[in-house]
Amino acid sequence: MSEVRVAGVGLTPFGNVPERTSRDLFGQASIEAFEQSGVARSDVDGVLYGNFMGELSEHQGHQGPLMAEAAGVQAPATRYESACASSGVAVADAVKRIRNGEDDVLLVGGAERMTNLGTAGATEALAIAADDLWEVRAGTTFPGAYALMAQAYFETYGGEHADLAHIAVKNHDNALENEKAQYQRAIEVDDVLEAPQVSSPLGLYDSCPISDGAAALVLTSESYAEEHGLEAPVAITGTGQGGDRMALHDREYLARSPAAREAGEAAYADAGIDANDVDFAEVHDCFTIAEVLAIEALDLESIGEGVTAARDGRTTADGETPINLSGGLKAKGHPVGATGASQIAEVTSLLANEHANSDAVSDATTALAHNAGGTVASATVHVLEVVE
Amino acid sequence: MSEIRDDGFDDWLDAAEEGAAYSLECPDGHGSLPPRQVCPECGSTELARQQLPESGTIETFTVTHVPTPSFEDDAPYATAIADFGPVRLTGQVAGIDLESIENGLEVEIAVTVSETTGERVLTFEPV
Ligand SMILES: [Zn+2]
Repeated sequence: MSEVRVAGVGLTPFGNVPERTSRDLFGQASIEAFEQSGVARSDVDGVLYGNFMGELSEHQGHQGPLMAEAAGVQAPATRYESACASSGVAVADAVKRIRNGEDDVLLVGGAERMTNLGTAGATEALAIAADDLWEVRAGTTFPGAYALMAQAYFETYGGEHADLAHIAVKNHDNALENEKAQYQRAIEVDDVLEAPQVSSPLGLYDSCPISDGAAALVLTSESYAEEHGLEAPVAITGTGQGGDRMALHDREYLARSPAAREAGEAAYADAGIDANDVDFAEVHDCFTIAEVLAIEALDLESIGEGVTAARDGRTTADGETPINLSGGLKAKGHPVGATGASQIAEVTSLLANEHANSDAVSDATTALAHNAGGTVASATVHVLEVVE
Repeated sequence: MSEIRDDGFDDWLDAAEEGAAYSLECPDGHGSLPPRQVCPECGSTELARQQLPESGTIETFTVTHVPTPSFEDDAPYATAIADFGPVRLTGQVAGIDLESIENGLEVEIAVTVSETTGERVLTFEPV
């Protein structure tokens, strides 16, 4: 099967820039991606763009053509919306389009403008990823839904808030040297435990920030990369998407993520690898508990044991399988529609030894990017490998 | 919120207010919640109302301190997932101190109104 090369990646700094529009942010990310790729904009066959809340934050629908224009690309464009997995789903579709020979060059990415909504407005906007009738109207918020999972996890498998706190501490440590990260500062376990509660047992420091930002990827076919002499040593070699019932209460398990398992198994099989081959991973840690559920669903940890992985040093930068070397959503930031593509960008840079944290994984050849939507009713997993 | 009702959902709240909350059940016994045309588990289109048991059990809960604007005046409030047999439900927990809520607590369904919006809220109260 034809490999899909990651020819160029671009990220805006993630953070708090409420006055910047998403077209402005995506335009900036696309410049970096095209410059790195050496690909001409005129060769782009299509644009796949992820965004979640643009109707609410910018009163803007029909964002595909707007974002193609922002990137200076004249090609058909489609916007993908799958909550926080929006651009992960866009990447999954882009991989299929290139593999089946339909397209040679695609611009894939996403952006989100959130901080202009304020905390209350962003909380309301994020909540629409849940079932409006049966969850949101009962008062479920996005942190609240993950809090329900965290409480269920503790009840079922054990663990305590201090275990989760080590995940936040680890991800902040990983972000220290990442100039694109929203929080380049270290925190302590006590900071997490003493922070104001958002939704018990989760507090402010268990939660990713509200972020503005964009990510862009130039993906090409293997043949295009060879014909044009691109320097693109990293390929997406496995893709998988999983789904589940929309509302948390309709799932078989309250403290597991079967959609992520489905996506992971598909991606592993597609790439011909298993969890033991994974050198490091970027996973969707919108809340500390989400990292636990993700690494268990991906078989990087056994069910019920992921909660101690950071505390015991298995997933820290010097651990066996570093998780979220970019800082993760927790410290790098979570501009929702950009997140899935940004994970691919971070993994690519880490594998290509072009990342501030590449030294932690200098011999790595194989890594994962896991992106999740809502309480993981949507999930994508991608396997990236060094192929040159 | 719109003054136009949501068929199925508002009918369910009406029934719950009368103490007659129900699930939908297909011939294979899969439970689901309205509005629904098709069983999400098996695709059956033959869905019949099935009275829910009078009480359910809390499986997980959280106390939310940072609400959406729609629940601004209600916070802090507890939300729980409770098991009623054929279906689980998400609801707010009332009639008990927030600190006393625990997994395994037996609850019944009630319908209260949001202090912020006056909209109806699916609620659990201790039996
Ligand atoms: Zn059925």
